[in-house]
Amino acid sequence: MSEYSLSINGKKLKVDVSEDTPLLWVLRDTLDLTGTKYGCGMAQCGACTIHIDGMPTRSCVTPVTLAIGKEITTIEGLSENGDHPVQQAWDTLDVPQCGFCQSGQMMTAAALLKENPNPDEEEISMAMSAHICRCGTYHRINEAVKLAAKLQKR
Amino acid sequence: MKNNRRDFLKNMLLTSGGLVIGFNSLGNSNAEIISLENLKDELLSNAFLTINSNNIITIFSPNPEIGQGIKTAFAVIVAEELDVDWEKVVVEQADLDIKRFERQLTGGSGAIKHSWERLRKAGATGRYALMASAAKKWNVSAASLKTDKGFVINAKGEKISYGDLVKEAVSVEIPKEIPLKSNKEFKLIGQTIKSVDNKTVLTGKAKYGMDYKQAGMLYAQIVRPQGFGQTLKDFDAIEAKKIDGVIDVISFKDKVAIIGKSNWPIMKARKVLTINWTNTKELESDTKHNQIFTDMMKNGPFEVRRKDGDIEKAFAEAHKIIEAEYQCPFLSHSPMEPMNFFADVKTDSAKLVGPTQTPQSAQNQVAKLLNIPVENITVELTKMGGGFGRRLNNDYALEAAEVSSLIKAPVKLMWTREDDMSGGIYRPAVRYKFKASIDKAGNVTGFALKGVGLNAGNSTRQDNFPVGAIDNVLIESADYKSDITTGPWRAPITNFLAYAEQAFIDEIAFAAGKDPVKLRLELLKKAIEKPVGKITYEPARFEKVITTVAERAKWGSAKKGLHQGFSVYFSHNSYVAQIAEVEMKKGKPTLKKVFAVTDCGIVINQSGARNQIYGAIVDGLGHAMYGNLNFENGAPKQTNFDQYRLIRFNEVPEIDAYFVDNGIDPTGLGEPALPPTGGALANAIFKATGKRIYKQPFAMEDEKVADIL
Repeated sequence: MSEYSLSINGKKLKVDVSEDTPLLWVLRDTLDLTGTKYGCGMAQCGACTIHIDGMPTRSCVTPVTLAIGKEITTIEGLSENGDHPVQQAWDTLDVPQCGFCQSGQMMTAAALLKENPNPDEEEISMAMSAHICRCGTYHRINEAVKLAAKLQKR
Repeated sequence: MKNNRRDFLKNMLLTSGGLVIGFNSLGNSNAEIISLENLKDELLSNAFLTINSNNIITIFSPNPEIGQGIKTAFAVIVAEELDVDWEKVVVEQADLDIKRFERQLTGGSGAIKHSWERLRKAGATGRYALMASAAKKWNVSAASLKTDKGFVINAKGEKISYGDLVKEAVSVEIPKEIPLKSNKEFKLIGQTIKSVDNKTVLTGKAKYGMDYKQAGMLYAQIVRPQGFGQTLKDFDAIEAKKIDGVIDVISFKDKVAIIGKSNWPIMKARKVLTINWTNTKELESDTKHNQIFTDMMKNGPFEVRRKDGDIEKAFAEAHKIIEAEYQCPFLSHSPMEPMNFFADVKTDSAKLVGPTQTPQSAQNQVAKLLNIPVENITVELTKMGGGFGRRLNNDYALEAAEVSSLIKAPVKLMWTREDDMSGGIYRPAVRYKFKASIDKAGNVTGFALKGVGLNAGNSTRQDNFPVGAIDNVLIESADYKSDITTGPWRAPITNFLAYAEQAFIDEIAFAAGKDPVKLRLELLKKAIEKPVGKITYEPARFEKVITTVAERAKWGSAKKGLHQGFSVYFSHNSYVAQIAEVEMKKGKPTLKKVFAVTDCGIVINQSGARNQIYGAIVDGLGHAMYGNLNFENGAPKQTNFDQYRLIRFNEVPEIDAYFVDNGIDPTGLGEPALPPTGGALANAIFKATGKRIYKQPFAMEDEKVADIL
């Protein structure tokens, strides 16, 4: 076990974990940031997606040591009041069914729109096809990404 | 946290007054006012609906929410009859309480149909009491009053809020027959209403089973036999126990449990744990299953499920005989949240918290397992990351309880994805053999179905269409007791049977030289005019969804290059007809669009209902195309999403979802749109390519259709 200093959602936090611990379990088990979900543990489903220095990253395969000195953002820190354009769009279009995969979906959508404020169909598809939603909310995710792009411009 | 909120609500009701409605325990559907005196002694979760003096309306939703939208739909129904401002309604998940709520389970798409009247009465009882109180206050008749958005309004237009009436309302006598709104008076039902959980889900605050924590809680993961049919021989945990954060390694019932302070050390320990398993018999494999299917399809033993007329005579006199066999693999449910449960077992009591579709069954089974009085076991429901039928089985909740009782500590049992996919309770593998006869005029004279399943129970639905519309019918099933555990999977049996049957009826239509839609309508006409034996469906409702989808998709006059496939199915009391459209692009078929017309009676919430139709079609397409679980040495070969392919964002076609609005009392929507999907796709593939597909997954059957999505 070693002590690591992490910057998560704008806060400096200290954790005492072994060096190979994936960030996912540090967030969930150590820091009680449970909005980031475990779905497969092998970067297949995207439920654990967070931002590291703004890049969408699969926290289930990212050891804690790779995040040192970087800015980590989780769904809890995507916006202060839950009103990021992506969150607003997801709510307006009533995207979630069970909702379990949606924090990961939104983190990828938010990163996409930051990088590319006007994604076309193909670009949205490329980004969002990296995720699995077992409830099949893909149609509404598609609409929501487009709505979020509009909201972001206001 | 949830309990703190409840205590707060309870204190507020006790100090500043409020109206509390619950269900009586007499077993009928009437609601009653719960006195605040009683509330002091009872858990607030016994209440169904509370209105406090601040006009905050709290509705407790008793049924497990797995993403089907029941928490929102239930509250909409209550709020409709109560006539309140939807924005002021707070919806809470109720804990298990079998005295107050009945049928606290999620299965069979049955909640709405079952609870429709009860929920309306609960809301209407509150409204009645509030109107009677206002009538007394104004000294007018209750009949002269109306309500809107949480206010009672008199003939002069004066308003009084529900919150200002609750103190008087508690002593109003409730009549046996409580008046309900007519459909025309509905303000909320049928509107587009967002899920009540969006706010917490979209900010990461929603607590799923996996997210639940309690002070002093330990984590556990379990290593189960590597193949079905194996038992535990011995294990060596010396290395595993050396890992920092691992507390203990124990065994019970052929399983080895690792206890730790968090998940990662346990996952590391699993890699260095040495376990020896014993093969007590021949372990099952695809090869063995193929032999069983071949043998049983020939030799049975079959149980006759239905017999009408004389099938042998019909076949002997046939102008044409059509035969086909369909094959369906095992499937994993794979909800996005793997199985997990929390248990805190004490000598004579237990607290259970987690995701389950059947909380009462969890309570009863844990009571039996640990010999604890059932009344000393509480079950708290969390949000659930999907279910699809997997969480009808409480094996993982029992494991959590057993581990907690063994280590004498509160514990969260976690399954990894690999545990989830290899842990059993699959959709059973089934094969169907159909045989039909037609006469010279192209009429269907005989229809026979043999279903053989591996732990499938009755793999047929013997009273469903086209049975009832054909004079000579024989439906039989045979079942093999396999070591591989199975359970209900979204739309049990019909999730595959519907595809096989709808594809076969398509074959009959082509053999008879008839249009597939017209053939169904002819058969239904016969079921209306001269039904054969008992039928469970209403032919007229069937007809309506068929003709409506045919109109919407311009069946028979689709533009050139579009190939349409038709399918229709009745399940879980709802009717869904579908047309899939395939386009040929550079010699390869592409699925462009699926039209779906649904009759589930009254649509409670347009948004939730559409979500279910979209989701079920996406689910149906994905599993028809890719779903596959192969067995070797008693274990599935696929253990995670790298090998077990699920449908993704870039693979969904456009969907046109339409509801027949006939004002009939509502039925369920969690499952009914899934069964017809595979058939519509397979029939469209046939139209486009001339090839019939007889086996799931479709993608492995034909190279040309592998990229159809």
